[in-house]
Amino acid sequence: MRYLLLALMLLLPVWVYAGEAKDLADDPVIERRMINLAEEVRCLVCQSETVASSRSDWSNDVRQIMREKMQAGATDQEIKDILVERFGKSVLFDPPVDGETIPLWIAPFVMLLLGVAALFYQLRKRRQTVPETQLSDEAQKRAAALLNDQE
Amino acid sequence: MMRFILPLVIFLALAAFLFKGLSLDPREVPSPLIDKPAPAFILPQLHNPKKQFSPQDMKGKVWMLNVWASWCGSCKDEHPILMDIAQQKIVPVYGLNYKDKREDGLATLRNSGDPYTLVIFDADGKVGFDYGVYGVPETYIIDKQGVIRDKIIGAVTRQNLRERIQPLIEELNKQ
Repeated sequence: MRYLLLALMLLLPVWVYAGEAKDLADDPVIERRMINLAEEVRCLVCQSETVASSRSDWSNDVRQIMREKMQAGATDQEIKDILVERFGKSVLFDPPVDGETIPLWIAPFVMLLLGVAALFYQLRKRRQTVPETQLSDEAQKRAAALLNDQE
Repeated sequence: MMRFILPLVIFLALAAFLFKGLSLDPREVPSPLIDKPAPAFILPQLHNPKKQFSPQDMKGKVWMLNVWASWCGSCKDEHPILMDIAQQKIVPVYGLNYKDKREDGLATLRNSGDPYTLVIFDADGKVGFDYGVYGVPETYIIDKQGVIRDKIIGAVTRQNLRERIQPLIEELNKQ
């Protein structure tokens, strides 16, 4: 009897927990799709955090709206468009390449090219300022002697 | 000479960009809704749930839509400025009571004064979402054609009012 009671008491947390977070698990397929999509969306109130991982009120709302739109049959792209329409392209972690964002995408490569060009320019200039000198036979012998000596 | 000038120029350019960056607020996301028609909606009013409001009713008028809530801290900062706008009749201020409880919203207005011509009640924040609200307070200036002309994210300051809102409203009223 005592063990039975103990077993029942151990089960208590399970029983108490049941029923919570119901709306999240309503439809596991939509829930998974929603979380995947929310991973690509920036939480605007927290910055640098995804809507999937943020517990902010705004992110909760966005997740709920995503759920509702998905239940209504919207595609991921349609939901992204809805978000961009209202909050701008920066709401997506991977913003589309277009006229407005192209500088951001190409700037690193432009800078790399500029750096490489500057490097080559410098190297070339240095080669010009240090002319290759021809050693006379005598100097050559002395240099060889010095090097041998050192060994 | 060139050896010194070039690095100096690069340094100054970088410093200028970084200095500019100091005064920018990373939370302030430029709204894509500016110069777009204000999203349509029909919502009940805060004071009288039986009466409704739609932005359509405002065609032909320049007006201000101020998103606020009783739970919002910086709404209290801008409250006196909204009161001034109402008293001086600079522009009609319409409130959108965002994700609030009706009684809390009403109590706030009773206690600290009501600057609003009318308050719209957006209990679940759906209209706020359509307007791209992600932090309250947010304030929209809407022209006679129903187009959003400016959006202020965060509390309206006296400087905002003087340098940004008033000149825009004067210009819009002339149109």
